[in-house]
Amino acid sequence: MQPVAVDELQKRGLSAENAHEMLMKMMLIRAFEEKAEELFAMGRVHGTMHLSIGQEASAVGLSTALDSRDYLLNTHRGHGHCLAWYGSSPDLMMAEFMGKETGYCRGRGGSMHIANVDTNNLGANGIVGGGLPISVGVGLTIKLRKTDQVAAVIFGDGGANTGAFHEAVNMASIWNLPVIYFCENNQYAMSMAFHRAFNIEHISDRAVGYGIKGMTVDGNDLLQVYDAAVEAIARARAGEGPTLIESVTYRWKGHSKSDKQAYRTRDEVKEWQDKDPIRRFAAFMGMTDAERDALQAQAHQRIEEAVTFSENSPEPDVAAILEGVYA
Amino acid sequence: MPDQNGSTNGARELTYAEALREGLRQIMAQDERVFIIGEDVGVYGGAFGVSAGLRDEFGAERVIDTPISEAGIAGACIGSALTGMRPVGEIQFMDFITISMEQLVLQAAKIRFMFGGKATVPMVLRTPAGSGTGAAAQHSESLENWFVHVPGLKVVMPSNPYDAKGLLLSAIQDENPVIFVEHKLLYRTKGHVPEEMYTIPLSESKVVREGQHLTVIATSVMVRRALEAADILAQEGIEIEIVDPRTLMPLDEKPIVESVKKTGKAMVIHEAVKTGGYGGEIVSRIVESDAFGYLEAPVRRLAGLDIPIPYNRTLEAHTVPQVQNIVDEARKLVKGDY
Ligand SMILES: Cc1ncc(C[n+]2csc(CCOP(=O)(O)OP(=O)(O)O)c2C)c(N)n1
Ligand SMILES: [Mg+2]
Repeated sequence: MQPVAVDELQKRGLSAENAHEMLMKMMLIRAFEEKAEELFAMGRVHGTMHLSIGQEASAVGLSTALDSRDYLLNTHRGHGHCLAWYGSSPDLMMAEFMGKETGYCRGRGGSMHIANVDTNNLGANGIVGGGLPISVGVGLTIKLRKTDQVAAVIFGDGGANTGAFHEAVNMASIWNLPVIYFCENNQYAMSMAFHRAFNIEHISDRAVGYGIKGMTVDGNDLLQVYDAAVEAIARARAGEGPTLIESVTYRWKGHSKSDKQAYRTRDEVKEWQDKDPIRRFAAFMGMTDAERDALQAQAHQRIEEAVTFSENSPEPDVAAILEGVYA
Repeated sequence: MPDQNGSTNGARELTYAEALREGLRQIMAQDERVFIIGEDVGVYGGAFGVSAGLRDEFGAERVIDTPISEAGIAGACIGSALTGMRPVGEIQFMDFITISMEQLVLQAAKIRFMFGGKATVPMVLRTPAGSGTGAAAQHSESLENWFVHVPGLKVVMPSNPYDAKGLLLSAIQDENPVIFVEHKLLYRTKGHVPEEMYTIPLSESKVVREGQHLTVIATSVMVRRALEAADILAQEGIEIEIVDPRTLMPLDEKPIVESVKKTGKAMVIHEAVKTGGYGGEIVSRIVESDAFGYLEAPVRRLAGLDIPIPYNRTLEAHTVPQVQNIVDEARKLVKGDY
């Protein structure tokens, strides 16, 4: 590893091994998403999916700063956050994506609802802004139990324009709840460009209106995301309340399965692809292209194993269709 | 008036989505008060393509893309309708209408009554319901009966392209707030649609297939499935009569009652969850009417299971009535096997 990287990592108390793990996680996410797209195109999964290719640093930077005792509330574009989360299994994720009984939600939830409550991953959400009010309740649990946990809730730029955002952030602020409001501003809410949906420059500017701290970071720079998260988490653990983090990034793929992308240009996509968070971090670590590609191939291999696991898994039993509505 | 059902013998065909778009385009050209507002309705053309091209034709001022703000969309419709416009809002999936509920139920539905009949809220809120696309529990709801339960709202649910256009044009010209429930699986279905503007009165149930053995009352995509089932049953000599209410609230119950008096047997089919669903209302109307004395068998409901829509393809299909379920249940009722 190049000396500047060693320094930068050391400053943050991170080892070369940590850096390697973070890179591998980003690569695993990339591999999962590419496979998901392929399976969808082949007609082997149905429904829809929201790929997070290009946004991997956001997911990995945040989860690395959090601890396994913390809580995660995820979005529809949540494969990355789920994979990056503590103890998560690509096998069980892929099985859920493929609708199998072995999947995280027994094939009932699918791409938009992957959860693993046992590990405090409180699930992805099909409703834009749906996790925001819930974050208030999770924050209250932590506060009432007087633990030093924090909750992180992920939402998009679109999510920041829901009414739920306003209610949630204000409640978390007045009660000083340990919640990280993590907004992935990937420039679009479906076809709605950021500049058409907001009259402000940074979503984090809104923090002022709620009396909390706001930060905007380059979401394609793993360590910038990590730093912001570390700072916000420290504040939350110290009882100093919520933080609004805006992670500026870009989704490379269409919004979901069928998107002609008439709202943006190829050049714009290309421009952002040049800011690939994975290449960037690999370069920072001083890796050659060949070394990087070899690691990416390993990640793809791991995902192939997940597909095999899923293919060999049983379908849910139709006889059990009424199960699980009530406790 | 051309016939709305199935085969068209070379007549002009449009898909359900195209029929809606044509209706929107025609009324927007004619009536400056009409505008479209919703998420991704402009540049994207609507999540299911209904408003494709309309932004280019009528401009961004009359085809308004909104942030993700369903309460805001409903409110924008209400406020503009109250002050003289004819908004056509779109809620991208019916599931998200839950976020608009306060504005629709406590404002739109009640303003006229609360203000002593001195105000009107002539708005339409279009929204796609239904499962069958693998979109799972939060993108597959069929919530029409929630709105049926709210006096002041009208609820329309077209089952084919012809009705889609004619009912939409009526809904836009109606003086009341109308919840216009479309179905994702119907958007690409084709049928005859006349090019000229035409309206189908709200509150006019329609017999879409005649038969003497059993009355089937079906809504939305279930009308299509019932028609398919009818073809299969006909090969066995069973002729079912299918009635499509088209407007759920207010309901034109006469064609239903008359049909049951003729057949002596009735079955209601809808996709929404059975418990508390619209089927209960239809059954009540039948047994409260003079058709009661003509009944020769229990009245049946064939509806969605009382569960959220599962993601897995097989489970999803088993959650709501399919053609084969309709065939099986209809046969049992007709053969006295209940
Ligand atoms: C309440 C609600 N409204 C609309 C939708 C449909 N929808 C799903 S994702 C999306 C765009 C979300 O944009 P953003 O929050 O920026 O997240 P991104 O998809 O960019 O990650 C929309 C409109 C929804 N799921 N929930
Ligand atoms: Mg976005």
